[in-house]
Amino acid sequence: MFFRLDDEQREIQELARKFAQHEIAPHADEWDEEHHFPREVLQPMAELGLAGLLVPDQYGGLALPRLTGALIYEQLAQADMATAVWLSVHNMVAGLIAKFGDEAQRERWLPRLVSGAALGAFSLSEAHAGSDATAIRATARREGDEYVLNGSKYWVTNAGEADLYAVMLRTDAEARGRGISTFIVERDTAGFSIGKLERKMGLRSSPTGELIFENCRVPAANRLSAEGDGLKIALSSLDGGRVNIGSIAVGVAQAALDVAVRYAGERVAFGKPIGAFEGIQFMLADMAMKTQAARLLVYEAAWKMDNGEPSITAAAMAKCFATDAAMAVTTDAVQALGGAGYVRDWPVERYMRDAKVGQIFEGANQIQRIVIARGLLGEVASQ
Amino acid sequence: MNIVVCMKETPSITAVKRFTADMRLERRKEDAEINPFDEYALEEGLRQREKHGGEVIALCMGPVTATENIRKALAIGADRGVLVTDPALEGSDAIGTARALAAALQKLGFDLALFGSAAADSYGGVVPAAVAEVLGQPLLSFASKLEIADGRAKIERAAETGYQVAEAAIPALVSVIQTINVPRYPSMKGIMQSKKKPIDTFSLADLGVDATLVGVAGAREKATGSSPVDTQRKGELFSGNDGAADRIVAFLVEQKVL
Repeated sequence: MFFRLDDEQREIQELARKFAQHEIAPHADEWDEEHHFPREVLQPMAELGLAGLLVPDQYGGLALPRLTGALIYEQLAQADMATAVWLSVHNMVAGLIAKFGDEAQRERWLPRLVSGAALGAFSLSEAHAGSDATAIRATARREGDEYVLNGSKYWVTNAGEADLYAVMLRTDAEARGRGISTFIVERDTAGFSIGKLERKMGLRSSPTGELIFENCRVPAANRLSAEGDGLKIALSSLDGGRVNIGSIAVGVAQAALDVAVRYAGERVAFGKPIGAFEGIQFMLADMAMKTQAARLLVYEAAWKMDNGEPSITAAAMAKCFATDAAMAVTTDAVQALGGAGYVRDWPVERYMRDAKVGQIFEGANQIQRIVIARGLLGEVASQ
Repeated sequence: MNIVVCMKETPSITAVKRFTADMRLERRKEDAEINPFDEYALEEGLRQREKHGGEVIALCMGPVTATENIRKALAIGADRGVLVTDPALEGSDAIGTARALAAALQKLGFDLALFGSAAADSYGGVVPAAVAEVLGQPLLSFASKLEIADGRAKIERAAETGYQVAEAAIPALVSVIQTINVPRYPSMKGIMQSKKKPIDTFSLADLGVDATLVGVAGAREKATGSSPVDTQRKGELFSGNDGAADRIVAFLVEQKVL
């Protein structure tokens, strides 16, 4: 067993670190404060290759292993979790088109996504369908060579900013899980509008909002894969999405730990740096342990995916543990900094606000625990 | 156009510098990076290739481990690498280095040889001129702008007031300063492809260079001692209500900030 990255992984990690620290980190507080979506970094990120992580070479992508992707997201999230999150959504959409699209669809959409000319968004949730995706109500009704879309979708990352939306819609009212299909909807399609944008605790630079379809007509050629494949397509991205969110959580935790360690060395109380007090030392040690344990779970899950091993439990563990760890570590970082941690002169309050969503989205951590328990108990857990 | 970018591997600026008993800089692989000044030469090489076509070769003289930094230049966009390495080259001074680089340039053939203005370790800044001297070819030094047209290289060189313009027929050597461009990041794809790009290795014998003229044997320059720069910065403290603000304003005016 080797705990060492290879040359290529180290170089890519280093490049992601450099880019994130130079081009993202200096602006992250301002983007958060101003609710500014940093579209201006999409193009430079695409030039590095970051907008086509899961897309094959022939369409301009990198088709990187999941583990390398995890290293990248970890570095980006150390600079800004919001940026890492919206980029991971973009890459997921490009990945779905690469995997489930036909040749014409790939040719049509992938070069735009990979080059950063277009931004992607993914839409599964609805007001009444979150963790239970089979409860989707928004519909797509076939009419000749077109589908007519009606209904609204919730919690869509990149809503309004994205150019291409991968949307899960009901094409068959009778079949629950098998009655869902996936459509790629272009932003400027008539009958498609953006509803309310959420006012969030964290991830403020990344818009989250509602999609509204009112007799919105899209060509049948915009349907990915066969009718009824929608849930399968959405579920196929689950493990990868969980690993990505896990790696993002590790990045946020590491960023918080780094700030806390620096502060503990600089802040003097009672005549010595606060890092000389065991109360702070124990806290920092626990933060470091949680961060590193999370990192190893994430890397293992990514490695399993890359090597074709069963990864459902590993991905759930990685996502759940890492996001819980990020919440704990960022909260402790605020505590270690005291009053300084609670104000915006230091970034840890942002880390803490951002970290919270990790426990909620991409499958709430309660769902992850059910997934893990089912792996342990099999049928018994489902009774 | 054949473009050769001469690059040195130097310890990172933040690395702690230690010297051996004979006053040579101790080089540690983990601290080694592309001399930051040479990144501008590489970027200029890539931009000239984008305009005029041809090939960019990253040429480096150094230990075998310098291959890793040549690889980085390949990831950024150079087409192939050449490492000049030989135990006898250890301890070369600027003239020895220039002899080896000149021989490599001659062997490779070039239209344009690009250099950073100096190396971040020794800061001698004379190697480009020495290479030009050995080759008997023109050097356009300290370029802040470079244009190649009609078989001629034309540069702008920043001066106290304004800039000078200098030009020479190619093949020519050009050293560049940091205002000439903004070096690009490597790309992920570049990193992945860099493994497939060739790196050739030349020894002194391959280059036909007399080993007694380079390295410690040929060095006419010898470091005899070193001492750390006193980096302690002394701040000036203006405090109290009695005119402190005025003094700060006066200071800022003096520094031409205001």
